[in-house]
Amino acid sequence: MSFHDDHELHKRRFGRNVGLALVLLAFIGIVFGLTVVKVTQGGLEPSAFKGQG
Amino acid sequence: MTDASFDTQATPQEASFGDYFALLKPRVMSLVVFTAMVGLLAAPVSVHPMVAFASILFIAVGGGASGALNMWWDSDIDAVMKRTQSRPIPAGKVSRDEAFAIGITLSVFSCIMLALASNIFAGLLLAFTIFFYVVIYTMWLKRWTPQNIVIGGAAGAFPPMIGWAVATGGVSIESVLMFTLTFMWTPPHFWALCLFMKSDYKDAGVPMLHVTHGRRVTRNHILVYTLLLAVVAIGMAFTGVGGPIYLTTALILNGLFILGAISIWRRNEEVSEADGYKREKSFFGLSLLYLFLHFGAILAEATLAPYGLGGW
Repeated sequence: MSFHDDHELHKRRFGRNVGLALVLLAFIGIVFGLTVVKVTQGGLEPSAFKGQG
Repeated sequence: MTDASFDTQATPQEASFGDYFALLKPRVMSLVVFTAMVGLLAAPVSVHPMVAFASILFIAVGGGASGALNMWWDSDIDAVMKRTQSRPIPAGKVSRDEAFAIGITLSVFSCIMLALASNIFAGLLLAFTIFFYVVIYTMWLKRWTPQNIVIGGAAGAFPPMIGWAVATGGVSIESVLMFTLTFMWTPPHFWALCLFMKSDYKDAGVPMLHVTHGRRVTRNHILVYTLLLAVVAIGMAFTGVGGPIYLTTALILNGLFILGAISIWRRNEEVSEADGYKREKSFFGLSLLYLFLHFGAILAEATLAPYGLGGW
């Protein structure tokens, strides 16, 4: 008994899912990196927002 | 869910990830990335590499989003023109609704993310750029006036200004000049393409200059805009983003570009047809190199400045 080959359609859907997963992972990485930079540079400290209110 | 349910619901034309990516006009996006990066690096304020990277990425996504919205609106004429027939919508791989949803979502996403990553002014400038390209150019000017590409070219000229705004939070004479360089470059670049993509725009009913006013007028316009462009490009050498490297590059490239424009101006259709629009095609190729090298020279000046080599 052997499994049949994936239809070309399934391969395309798989590629789409993998692509989307990579994009989302990259987005998480970018937001994380930006957060680290903003916090370490002091841009998110309460004093930075004084006078804006 | 069974395999059978998959096959009954899907069409053989179902899009791959690459088809969705193609909606974002990757080649245009590469120009956006490069010019925005130069604008950002040439600015007198330094930006953290992570912020710079993320900002350029969001500018690129915004540029891509406007490309998707352009393909959504123009899918009817894209199907007629040979140059655009293989785009995802006319090729039947992505539906118009999908392109619209992707375009709108990424537009909002990119502007908000850019504002959060850098500053609100940069985010607003990106939003205005998308609005200008999609509404002013694509929906209004493109099918209405032969000056479409002259005014619409502004949309492609904003990225270096946005890059500059990411670093400085505002606008200055240097960023306006970088905008003007791309703005003045677009008409001769596009009109040269029109001369050898002969019937495409006519078939699609788009009132490009060569369709409404003829090829002689288009050749005249290419020469005039190339001369005006040279004034802007060489004049920029004497501003804060210029220097000896930029001046040398600008003098050589503008000399070659003017010679190319004169050559196109002196030719007529018989001569051009006889050699398969050889001069027009080489002028178009040179125009791509022209913009890349001008911004490359600005980048070189900015990169070498800390070592005392760039700038005046």
